[in-house]
Amino acid sequence: MSFLAQVRYLVYKEILLEWRSKYAFNSILLYVVSTVFVCYQAFRSVDGVVWNALFWIILLFASINAISKSFVQESRGRQLYYYTLASPGAIILSKIIYNIALMLVLSLIALFVYSIIFRNPLGDPFLYLVSVILGSISFATVFTMISGISAKANNSGTLMAILSFPVIIPLLIVLIKLSKNAMDGLDRSVSYDEIFVLLAINAIVISVSLLLFPYIWRD
Amino acid sequence: MKSYWWKFLGAAIVFYTIIAGLLGEVPALPILHESIRNVYFHVPMWFAMLLMYLISVVYSIKYLGSGKPEDDFIAVESVNVGLIFCLFGLLSGMLWANITWGDPWPNDPKLNSSAIASLMYLAYVVLRNALDEEQKRGKISAIYNVFAFPIMIVLLFVLPRLTDSLHPGNGGNPGFSGYDMTGSMQWVFRPAALGWMLIGCWIMTLRYRIRKLEYHTDELGN
Repeated sequence: MSFLAQVRYLVYKEILLEWRSKYAFNSILLYVVSTVFVCYQAFRSVDGVVWNALFWIILLFASINAISKSFVQESRGRQLYYYTLASPGAIILSKIIYNIALMLVLSLIALFVYSIIFRNPLGDPFLYLVSVILGSISFATVFTMISGISAKANNSGTLMAILSFPVIIPLLIVLIKLSKNAMDGLDRSVSYDEIFVLLAINAIVISVSLLLFPYIWRD
Repeated sequence: MKSYWWKFLGAAIVFYTIIAGLLGEVPALPILHESIRNVYFHVPMWFAMLLMYLISVVYSIKYLGSGKPEDDFIAVESVNVGLIFCLFGLLSGMLWANITWGDPWPNDPKLNSSAIASLMYLAYVVLRNALDEEQKRGKISAIYNVFAFPIMIVLLFVLPRLTDSLHPGNGGNPGFSGYDMTGSMQWVFRPAALGWMLIGCWIMTLRYRIRKLEYHTDELGN
């Protein structure tokens, strides 16, 4: 089977597994919505900077919770079975694609709920949407690889946070800056630098993941 | 003698830069005044730290290919020494910032970036402690090291250039060489960078040899 066909089947398998249980998706969705409510009850009304920061923090923790499961939910035996069937590159790529899709759906729902409950004027809604989409792609690419690493060190929960926070902070700095630009409705040409940096980091992360993942599963 | 001449060279250079750095001639500049001498000690710390992290990532890649425990030892000891240099870089920078910018921790992208980068390498150390099995520890931590390195490069060299920084050479500020790195200062600054790099390598090789000896005695003991 060719590489792309493998990736396609594996992504299909991930979606099918999720569709049958709907456990991960629903629980994360509930997590996001209830966190939004907690924040709303705590703050009531906030200014723009806090609104933006709060949204990214909610999204950060939701995505850590969603993606940290991606390697531990399947048993070792079943993983071994996949490894005999598919190449490691196809496995990590399919996980990344699936997690990007999951994060996109989640973050768009989160943005929708958040902006309904917490009303805040957006200067450039389209650019804000772009920053949310870029953000969920970045979270998915970085956390997928880190969750693969921390799944190997059995103590997943805390280790996942320790390993991923320093790596995600640079991306988060750029994302917050980009979304702040969008909120203030600045001219779009101001934000091209940030968009380019985000795309470049994602390209680097995906290619490094593809190179390194074969070493993770061979043990 | 032949193989360790560079250790003498490193020690001699550092000795020279301490004397020449404290006694040599510096331009009289507003705000900076005599604190400009810190450039001989603060900046070389970062050069040495970067060299250590670079050595570490190279040996991590080598370890992934070869699986020799020696490569893993060099990788981890380079990170340990790099963290020490990072600590001293932050401390000397905070002293300097307190004098020139009036605050030991101004909200500056370079400061925050280097603090985050050190978090990344502390996470590497924690990850190593979380794994018991030797080979697995070497491999998983090497993977994390290689994964984190490009992001650290972005963090230290790309992000500060996107925002305004108090540091020279960032956010439109002219670099040091532009206005106050006069000829006589170059003759102290450049050797200082080299000298601290050599000292860093020396400490790293010493620690690496201790770790290797411990590893072999453990093997004999079992």
